[in-house]
Amino acid sequence: MKSYLLPEYMVERDHNRCIRCKACISQCTYGAHYYDEEEDMVLSKDEKCVNCQRCVVFCPTHAITIKNNPNSYRENANWTHEVITAIKKQAETGGIILTGMGCDKPYFTYWDRLLLNASQVTNPSIDPIREPMELRTYLGAKPDRLRIDVEEGDYILKTKLAPQLCIETPILFSAISYGSTSIRVHESLARAASEYGTLWNTGEGGLARRLYKYGEHTIVQVASGRFGVHPEYLNISAAIEIKIGQGAKPGIGGHLPGEKVSEEISRTRMIPVGTDAISSAPQHDIYSIEDLAQLIYALKEATDYAKPIFVKIAAVHNSAAIASGIVRAGADVIVLDGIRGGTGAAPRIIRDNVGIPIEMAIASVDQRLREEGIRNRVSIIAAGGIKSSADVVKAIALGADAVYIATAALVAMGCTVCQKCYTGKCPWGIATTDPWISKRLNPDVASKRLMNLLKAWSMEIKEMMGGMGINAIESLRGNREHLRAVGLTETELRILGVKAAGE
Amino acid sequence: MINIERLVSEIDAQLIFRTRFEGNVWKIDVKGIHYWKLNKILKVLNDRGVKKIELYNVHGQRYIGTNLKSKVNVEVYGTPGNDLGAFMNGPEIVVHGNVQDCCGNTMNEGSIIVHGNAGDITGYSMRGGKIFIRNSTGYRVGVHMKEYGNKRPCLVIGGTAQDFIGEYMAGGIIAILGLNLKSGEHHKARFVGTGMHGGVIYIHGEVRSISKEAEAVNLNEEDWKILYKIVEEFCRCFKFDAEKILEQNFKKIIPVSHRPYGMLYAY
Repeated sequence: MKSYLLPEYMVERDHNRCIRCKACISQCTYGAHYYDEEEDMVLSKDEKCVNCQRCVVFCPTHAITIKNNPNSYRENANWTHEVITAIKKQAETGGIILTGMGCDKPYFTYWDRLLLNASQVTNPSIDPIREPMELRTYLGAKPDRLRIDVEEGDYILKTKLAPQLCIETPILFSAISYGSTSIRVHESLARAASEYGTLWNTGEGGLARRLYKYGEHTIVQVASGRFGVHPEYLNISAAIEIKIGQGAKPGIGGHLPGEKVSEEISRTRMIPVGTDAISSAPQHDIYSIEDLAQLIYALKEATDYAKPIFVKIAAVHNSAAIASGIVRAGADVIVLDGIRGGTGAAPRIIRDNVGIPIEMAIASVDQRLREEGIRNRVSIIAAGGIKSSADVVKAIALGADAVYIATAALVAMGCTVCQKCYTGKCPWGIATTDPWISKRLNPDVASKRLMNLLKAWSMEIKEMMGGMGINAIESLRGNREHLRAVGLTETELRILGVKAAGE
Repeated sequence: MINIERLVSEIDAQLIFRTRFEGNVWKIDVKGIHYWKLNKILKVLNDRGVKKIELYNVHGQRYIGTNLKSKVNVEVYGTPGNDLGAFMNGPEIVVHGNVQDCCGNTMNEGSIIVHGNAGDITGYSMRGGKIFIRNSTGYRVGVHMKEYGNKRPCLVIGGTAQDFIGEYMAGGIIAILGLNLKSGEHHKARFVGTGMHGGVIYIHGEVRSISKEAEAVNLNEEDWKILYKIVEEFCRCFKFDAEKILEQNFKKIIPVSHRPYGMLYAY
């Protein structure tokens, strides 16, 4: 069948600048460039280009420009180029359209409608360069009250605390599985988290044994497929996360295609080489809040009640009620993953249409738990589309304790959000397990880039806090007085619990 | 020994009257004891190298065996609760009674022998060790069961099992012996092997439906050898006649493909 699809991008090469070094040819994992010996020219196959910008960055003479294909179907507000392309692709393959990364549509972003406050005249702002600023955050269940006895002049805490995690900045690396990415990505995240004093998350593909040494900074995930989940994996961790859902694909499972299950992946996932690693949509031992409690306590029993248990859900319509159930089921931390959350592979139709924005989820969950008097019993981590330090501050002001970032972390390592993670050919050496391609990511460099990102965002957060006259992140948590909204409806304002700008 | 008694009674004072040490076996009456206390007792004993424990009046306590690190034999009298042996890594548990749901959840090593029935999702995501159920089980037995390297889990059910046997099964062995089927009677199970992409189900007796991801074929010589070994061991536990069981007709249900989701997507 002849394909009616147009190339998405056009590769333009300035042949005067091109020195025929062929760097683009060796860098492109999709085979978009080739050398024509007869003409002594490097040429391109536009249809293979995914606009990852790898060749552009590595071209020593800046000879390459990638452009959107100017050829497009007749302009139509309904039958857009994207809509027509999708239908044609499905007509040619009969398949579900896959994509990578988070939702790329312009809707659903409330961060940009929320503005932060600053001190003027009536209370002084704080200069974070001179004054101590507290970003340290403790995650875990907090008691309803503390009993402190005075014994011979010493204050002694009598209340037995639930296990707590101490992080130096309210930013954690979200779940990225080994299999969807290479071990080098895991190593980079682990090293950066350990050095900075925060946490990273294995995702559901298990943890390679040689990274066990970063266990104190590692959140290990337990999902429906239970890949690589065994007592040692649970016990070397800092915390355990039960994955119920993911913002990019709420309500559906996932699978790692058999061709990606190499010898090394099979060792970590503990499945045979070459078989599909299937994570079913539901965990078949969890059909209710009571069942969730059962798994939470099974994990607590397996780890002597020493680890906080996270429960991660996709933000959906009744997240607030579900979150209340999760607290009552005994979770120490709730992770909310909004509709803009990233993924290595998801059906595009699910990614762009299922779930709710994280901003709404944070606000409604925080509000509900406060109303029920159980907010202290759980920490909330917001995930899904945190793009800057301002988003972090806004998420915390809305009611989160901390945020998870994954896409931002990948971008820091080199990702350009070309959305082709599912091909396993990531030219930046990230979303691939190919030993040859994954060597492009050097953990020494990537972990440094991640550290820099954490450092830069943390400084920006301190600046914003200082401007508000706040010197501890705790004072910002759920402090919606420091937020004002522009361009939102009454209903949106009510759900967010935020006043309009000028009010 | 006094030391252990003291440790146990520290967990729950009344246990001092309910704990006995006889013939190298610790015998504890756990009637009405919360599961976390019960499991703490097991852990204390296990940590001190106790090899044999008998629990009496077990009544719904969950996670028995979950936190035990080394080899130990636990005989359970009564009805343990859900998640018996969840994440278990080595112990041998013998239950004189029925077990509830999710027995052997994500089990890594060890054995669970049940002189009775088991509930739903027995052997969920089990990766190693063995589970022998003398009678029958509920729905979704062996869901997500897998194998890896030298770990090949084995789940044997003497009687029958309900729908979705071996759902998403990726490895290991399930054997359903159909001992309680009357002549001409079939298993009631439907959708056997839904999403199955590895492992094998040996079954005596017809099922109502097999999923499109699986197919029933005849056993080859290698299969008979494996089945013989499993049935022998099963029969030793429950005093059944292995020869008689193995005289019967068996089929094996295997996946059609180890890549059931290969053709689903447009790239």
